[in-house]
Amino acid sequence: MAEAQFDIKYIAHLARIALAPDEEKKLAAQLGNILNYVEKLKELDVAGVEPTAHAVPMVNVTRADEIRPSLPHDEALRNAPAQANGLFIVPKIVE
Amino acid sequence: MLNRLTIHELAQKLAKREVSARELMKSCLDQIARVDGKIHAFISHDADAALAQADAADKEISSGATRTHKPLLGIPIAIKDVLAVKNQPLNCGSKILGKFISPYDATVIEKLKAAAAIVFGRLNMDEFAMGSSTENSAFGVTKNPWDTTRIPGGSSGGSAAAVAADECIASLGTDTGGSIRQPAALCGCVGLKPTYGRVSRYGLVAFASSLDQIGPFTKDVRDSATMLEVLSGVDPRDSTSVPQPVPNYAAALDGKIKGLKLGLPKEYLIGGLDPEVKAGVDAAVKQLEKLGAEIVEISLPHTDYAVATYYIIATAEASANLARFDGIRYGLRVDGNDPAELYSKTRGAGFGAEVKRRIILGTYVLSSGYYDAYYLRAQKVRTLIRNDFLKAFEKADAIITPTSPTAAFKIGEKSDDPLQMYLSDIFTISCNLAGICGISLPCGFTKSPRLPIGLQLLGKPFGEETILKIAHAYEQSTNWHKERPPLAAAV
Repeated sequence: MAEAQFDIKYIAHLARIALAPDEEKKLAAQLGNILNYVEKLKELDVAGVEPTAHAVPMVNVTRADEIRPSLPHDEALRNAPAQANGLFIVPKIVE
Repeated sequence: MLNRLTIHELAQKLAKREVSARELMKSCLDQIARVDGKIHAFISHDADAALAQADAADKEISSGATRTHKPLLGIPIAIKDVLAVKNQPLNCGSKILGKFISPYDATVIEKLKAAAAIVFGRLNMDEFAMGSSTENSAFGVTKNPWDTTRIPGGSSGGSAAAVAADECIASLGTDTGGSIRQPAALCGCVGLKPTYGRVSRYGLVAFASSLDQIGPFTKDVRDSATMLEVLSGVDPRDSTSVPQPVPNYAAALDGKIKGLKLGLPKEYLIGGLDPEVKAGVDAAVKQLEKLGAEIVEISLPHTDYAVATYYIIATAEASANLARFDGIRYGLRVDGNDPAELYSKTRGAGFGAEVKRRIILGTYVLSSGYYDAYYLRAQKVRTLIRNDFLKAFEKADAIITPTSPTAAFKIGEKSDDPLQMYLSDIFTISCNLAGICGISLPCGFTKSPRLPIGLQLLGKPFGEETILKIAHAYEQSTNWHKERPPLAAAV
């Protein structure tokens, strides 16, 4: 069953979302229900059916490779939670 | 009561100088002061900035500007909190954006401003447009103006409630699985979801990129046509916008629906459909027949699979789109010892329950070992659903259905059962999967309590003129669009 397969800790880790233990329990049960519901798609024979990624078939929309006006530096940093010297501040990544 | 009028009524009054844009804006602000405490359609609004825009519009009018070139001259239009308006807050109904201020205008906002509209206010919504009730907002619940113990629909609940309660003349919303049409139906106004690619999404915070579209909420069908013409068109900043000419939509509203074929899908008249909603839609079908339309039975055999298909595709796309909210470049940050811990803590604290549920589901259906079974299969079923519509449109010029299986439900009634909430979108979801256009308009009321019922018309890709024509012919033969919630009308 879908519910049994669903490892909430692992998937929440992949999604980079910290969950409280009670949240984890509730979400696992709800997602188990939803997954059981979507199992119904397995009733359909989709052999030979092409997948649809976009409803309007547009491909390779390109533009000339030219410099155009873009967001000024200070505007791009305006909403940053931490910044200095025109850069975003982040926790240490390498020792 | 200027705030009760339509764009086309006000355009004439403004042109004749019977009223000023300032008086009009002031009447909307007065209405907000009077009723928004009861319905909470707005997260915030800047009254001074709105009045300054009104003064600018009045100046343009006195220097000879007309609606030929500025079709929304002096018209107050409020905006869903998911669209970027330069120097205004942008929160998407979420805590995670913190005190974000938009550094630029979305294309649709540029277009509204170029049409000389007064762009104001941030309208409440389900967080990141995920929901059908506007209960999932970090800024509180929006209430239905017809009954404040009930939901306004969602996710664009604020956009629908504000138009229905005459707090603005029109508004913008977004529709990923019904988020314009369903709240329009439940609040008793007109909501249009354009064809995928019709309207640029540059400056819209993405939820599910293969499904999202921006569209208008208005008080009648003529206003919807006017708004759509302003909003439509290809945009080099949105590679999914389609280079299709933009017609004069209002010119299609000629009442001539004789001989047009309306498809009635047999799959839409089964289980879970409220008898009063069914009666309202049946009466509308009879009325359209009387007006000269021909009713044909059609079949959309994969309807029963649409909700499951949608919740795989939409959540998969959301899990990718919402990865950008990581506490690094903008919004909330909860510190951690390393970047991964910072991301997890920020997202754990910043996202609400429904958004977490959908990101986690979307992550799962895309994860190694499950991709083929869920995501790829859903994309194939999406093809079957789209083919159903293309086949139906060989027999019918438009498809007619209820917008929502029930009238507005009670606040809290479905908030603990996500699957039941998802199933309330059954009639609107297929339209997004197929990429076609759809409109919802009022077609009656339930008896007790008295709540609006919505009629949905679905059209071919880029078939907006046809559904607007049919909607307008129906609307003009009824008085439903003139009804106002008692809360909004009382002085």
